[in-house]
Amino acid sequence: MGQLIGEATGFVSVPVHTPIAGKVAAVGRFPHPLGGEQEAIVIEGDGTDDWHESVVARENVDSLTPSEIKDIVRGAGIVGLGGAAFPTHVKLSPPESKPINTAILNGCECEPWLTADHRLMVEKPDEILKGFLLIVKGLGCERGIVGVEANKPDAVEAMRAAVSAGSGLKVVALQVKYPQGAEKQLISATLGRQVPSGGLPMDVGVVVQNVGTALAVYEACHLGRPLTRRVVTLTGNPLARPANFMARVGTLVSSLVDQAGGLEGDVAKVVSGGPMMGVTQFTLDVPVIKGMSGILFLGPSEIDVKSPDPCIRCGHCVHSCPMKLLPTTIEKFVMAEQIGKAVDIGLNDCIECGSCAYVCPSRRRLVHQFKYGKYIAWERKKAAQEKSEKEKKT
Amino acid sequence: MRERLIVSASPHVRDDVSVEKVMYGVVIALVPALAGSIYFYGMRAAFLTLLAIVACLLTEAVIQRMRGVPVTIRDGSALVTGILIAFNLPPGVPWWIPVIGSIFAIAIGKQIFGGLGNNPLNPALVGRAFLMASWPVHLTTTWLSTKGGTLSGTALHGIDAVAQATPLAVLRKASDIVADPSSTTHQLVQAREVLTDLGSADTIVNLFIGNVGGCIGETSVLLLLVGAAYLLYKHLIDWRVPGAYILTVAVLAWIFGGPSGLLTGNALFHVLSGGLILGAFYMATDMVTSPVSPKGMIIFGVGCGVLTAVIRLIGGYPEGVSYSILLMNVATPLIDRHTRPKKFGEVKKSG
Repeated sequence: MGQLIGEATGFVSVPVHTPIAGKVAAVGRFPHPLGGEQEAIVIEGDGTDDWHESVVARENVDSLTPSEIKDIVRGAGIVGLGGAAFPTHVKLSPPESKPINTAILNGCECEPWLTADHRLMVEKPDEILKGFLLIVKGLGCERGIVGVEANKPDAVEAMRAAVSAGSGLKVVALQVKYPQGAEKQLISATLGRQVPSGGLPMDVGVVVQNVGTALAVYEACHLGRPLTRRVVTLTGNPLARPANFMARVGTLVSSLVDQAGGLEGDVAKVVSGGPMMGVTQFTLDVPVIKGMSGILFLGPSEIDVKSPDPCIRCGHCVHSCPMKLLPTTIEKFVMAEQIGKAVDIGLNDCIECGSCAYVCPSRRRLVHQFKYGKYIAWERKKAAQEKSEKEKKT
Repeated sequence: MRERLIVSASPHVRDDVSVEKVMYGVVIALVPALAGSIYFYGMRAAFLTLLAIVACLLTEAVIQRMRGVPVTIRDGSALVTGILIAFNLPPGVPWWIPVIGSIFAIAIGKQIFGGLGNNPLNPALVGRAFLMASWPVHLTTTWLSTKGGTLSGTALHGIDAVAQATPLAVLRKASDIVADPSSTTHQLVQAREVLTDLGSADTIVNLFIGNVGGCIGETSVLLLLVGAAYLLYKHLIDWRVPGAYILTVAVLAWIFGGPSGLLTGNALFHVLSGGLILGAFYMATDMVTSPVSPKGMIIFGVGCGVLTAVIRLIGGYPEGVSYSILLMNVATPLIDRHTRPKKFGEVKKSG
């Protein structure tokens, strides 16, 4: 367990480690929670649960240098556990032109229904903060702020109690407001800084990390363990016993469901992630992946299958948009295939949080159109680049 | 678990809202004013309103059938249009006036553009404008006195035709006499008496509760405000459009509306009379035909207010609410284009 089984090839990628002790049984293509099939390794367990000899606890954690921390994080295969699964070492290596002065630990829970981060903060506050201190050190920044939504008072308390004096860390309780856990909104709420349109948090000197990622950094640096498990929330009314699981990466969702007492009610929709931004599944035979924060089961009465009504221009989407866009206008441009105009008024600023579609009385498929529009915009940009490169060559 | 799961783009949950809920919310808000009009003008008001509603629903159904699209008369939008058409008519009009107005409103004002959400102008006001152009006599002389009240808001009969006019028309007439240098002293004295009476506390109270003549739905400010409070509470309208509209009319009426120079106008009289409250809360706020951005809503409201004040104070009609809103409806796409909110993290392009 914990042995390296897949090397990373590019900079923006991480290695994979075996989550159980055993032998490689097969390599093939299997259903993936993000859609389609992906190459995967099947491990046959040998019944033991021992860590591989490469996993050794570290004594001298305090003397690690920032670059050593980054190497350990990369070697442990750590990615952002909030959901996007972006390699953590990349975030810890900002270009020199973008100095980072603040690290924010995201304890907001990205979406309703999910409680993975909440439980983690209540149960492992010391480990999380130790990991966060390593992140702060790795970035070489001055301060670290822990942002927790105020509807989790026990988590705020646990984190505050665990902050040791002189660590330079601060815990702030934030307004309960979706999408508070979205990177740009979190930075705005904690620091009052707006990440420029098209920019990254590092443009305002900030890096945001999820609490689960901090725990993984702690385990990698202190215990020498690579990232082979994560907290997954299994939730939804059809589920017999909704719960949070410390699940090994690669565990089939179907076996997690068995652990949660199986399904009682009729299930019409299965979502990887939360109800606002999650990805629907067509089978339960998909593995837990590093970016899977939860699995949500929705019954037939909880989902919306009615077809949309015409937009009545009520403007609710405009008021709800955390990016201050005009969803109704962007939707009209995308539907008219005027992608350029849609991009001009902010299509690519959309964070796909789903707030606009949630409040829409006409149940318009706003996010659906935005995803489509972004894809077309990306395709056209790519084609234009290829064309100009071709022209350069000739 | 089902063998076939539903796969779709996010989000997977939605708020419990719908077009029906929006439209029927507006209908509920209009019920107090409808009850008031029945009280003041008798069952005739209910009869005309019912005719307009039936004509709107039937027209919508017939045209949707002709277009080969689903018939959506249950969504409540045609119902709202029908009520508003009746509300914008004098209570004494013949029965066919609301019917023709409704047919025109739905057919030409709405369905010809593709139905709900696509009409550039408020359908009810399109219907009213059509009737006003075609049968102006029916629309300007068929007023009824309220039960136990007066038509014009004043009991003085010194001026010609006062007994046949609404408070705004009387104000107009009296103001014209005051402004006219050829008026006799006797006329001037009478006109000034009428103006004083219109501005008296009694008249203001009558205007507020609705005990004066006017269109079916516009008479009782009190009952319209009850419905407006419900709409605001339910977030079915935004305060910006009616707020900016009414405030603009009040300020302009105060500055320019007085018979004896600047800053002597009776703002309260102008706000409470005519169709301003009905128009500001129920028609200018029509979602389809007003801007979506907060800044645009303010501009829209101010624009309606300026036009209404101009028409009432110097234009040819005593009342200007419906034309003001129609004109600003036309400006809505332009307002929307120039009031795009600043994006989160939007920076000025340098260079």
